[in-house]
Amino acid sequence: MTLTSTAASADKLADVVVVGGGLVGSAVAYGLAREGARVTVLDEDDGGFRASRGNFGLVWIQGKGYGLSPYARWSRSSATRWPQLAQALQQESGIDVALKQPGGFHFCFNDDELAEREKRLSTLRAELGDYPYQMLDAAEVRARIPQVGPAVVGASYTPMDGHVNPLKLLRALHTAMQARGVKLVSGERAARIEAQGHGFVVHGKRGTYRAARVVLAAGLGNRTLAPFVGLHAPVAPNRGQVLVSERVAPFLHYPTLNVRQTDEGSVQFGDSMEEVGFDDFTTTHVLADIARRGVRAFPMLQHVRLVRMWAALRVYSPDGFPIYDQSETHPGAFVVTCHSGVTLAAAHALRVAPWIMGAAMPDELPTFSAQRFEHARELISAH
Amino acid sequence: MTTQSTHTPAHTLFKVLPGAEGAAVTNVAIWFNDQPLTVPGGRSVAAALLAAGVSRFRATPVSGAPRAPFCMMGACFDCLVEIDGVPSRQACMVEVKAGMRIRSQEGARDLPPVSFADAPMENAHGR
Repeated sequence: MTLTSTAASADKLADVVVVGGGLVGSAVAYGLAREGARVTVLDEDDGGFRASRGNFGLVWIQGKGYGLSPYARWSRSSATRWPQLAQALQQESGIDVALKQPGGFHFCFNDDELAEREKRLSTLRAELGDYPYQMLDAAEVRARIPQVGPAVVGASYTPMDGHVNPLKLLRALHTAMQARGVKLVSGERAARIEAQGHGFVVHGKRGTYRAARVVLAAGLGNRTLAPFVGLHAPVAPNRGQVLVSERVAPFLHYPTLNVRQTDEGSVQFGDSMEEVGFDDFTTTHVLADIARRGVRAFPMLQHVRLVRMWAALRVYSPDGFPIYDQSETHPGAFVVTCHSGVTLAAAHALRVAPWIMGAAMPDELPTFSAQRFEHARELISAH
Repeated sequence: MTTQSTHTPAHTLFKVLPGAEGAAVTNVAIWFNDQPLTVPGGRSVAAALLAAGVSRFRATPVSGAPRAPFCMMGACFDCLVEIDGVPSRQACMVEVKAGMRIRSQEGARDLPPVSFADAPMENAHGR
């Protein structure tokens, strides 16, 4: 190597190095800075998969945690802290992330879907107690959202849901964390991590970064980085595709699971899930299906022009739930990885960050250790 | 440079290239924001309006800032106008025709009423 004189040889001192500058890493780093830590964030370049630039923007609770109710409690603990986060970001970055939490709708198009929906939400209520929701028939849905089409036979509504502008959120987090002294290193890809003395050295392509603690928030990159520090992050890509329309006058004042109108007027459509490896291209048949479902819910949208489409890769664990762990073999090394970086941003900033700095682990989190996958791993390796 | 209509602004940003002055241009009569306007035909709505001195085509939906055509090739969406009742059309992608009723696009377009939802789809580029 020839680039040894400047960046590569300059060790940067910090309390924590966060690997990943997307919504997860930036929310954690912002929270760490609020705790008074000196933080360096390593953010990959545009060659990265960058789920944070492609997501849908929901702060969504309803239906989440079916089969693992601590996930519902954890997500809700973030949603209830979201107003505090949005206000702090507004004050510190000057950016309004357009948080709105009016509650959200999940439309059903036949009686089976309605029954399935009721079963899911009633199960969650039975497990959680305080879990407000309503099942609405067609007339009740139309009373609240007059534009829904005749194909909508009912819906579930919970007051817990909301949405933000996710691009403004990422920008606000970057601005606010840097205002608090976080060093954001762009275009830096972490290649390996080394435990050294009482801390860690992250080796990137541009330099080395030393800190007492390291947080892996590198999305799909966590899979290969985790083993360097005794962690396990078996995440894999799950592709979602999104369509966005021209801006139209405000008509939809609630987020729904697959259609929402943004703060600036465009309408976003999307709810596809595909396991297609690291292919983040769009496909016409999936987008056509997304558009068809959107128009089925809101027939007058057939006259609205679509102006952009994209795909992004969700960061999915084998059971779809997040992974939060501190390394047993290398204390001070943490992994934080999930596919709901928007919904969980407030929990990451206000609850995960204190844990990383030494506070007790939040009550909900022991459930989300990657140890839950150990058994599966043994089974696989036995074959 | 001559003013083509009493309702047209007094100047245009565009000049006819040397040598092209003699080319035959048929003028067409259209309406722009309810005012009659005579514009050169055989070109896009955007080119025709610009030649006639119109420089404000729309106001943006977010800040309300004025906009005029930028790319003139269908990519930038800055030339949006309402043409014959259809909002948000790309003026640079539609050929100007006599009698067209064109309006500047003021902010975000409205959605059609629910009762019009079954109206036939329009051809986005009018061809």
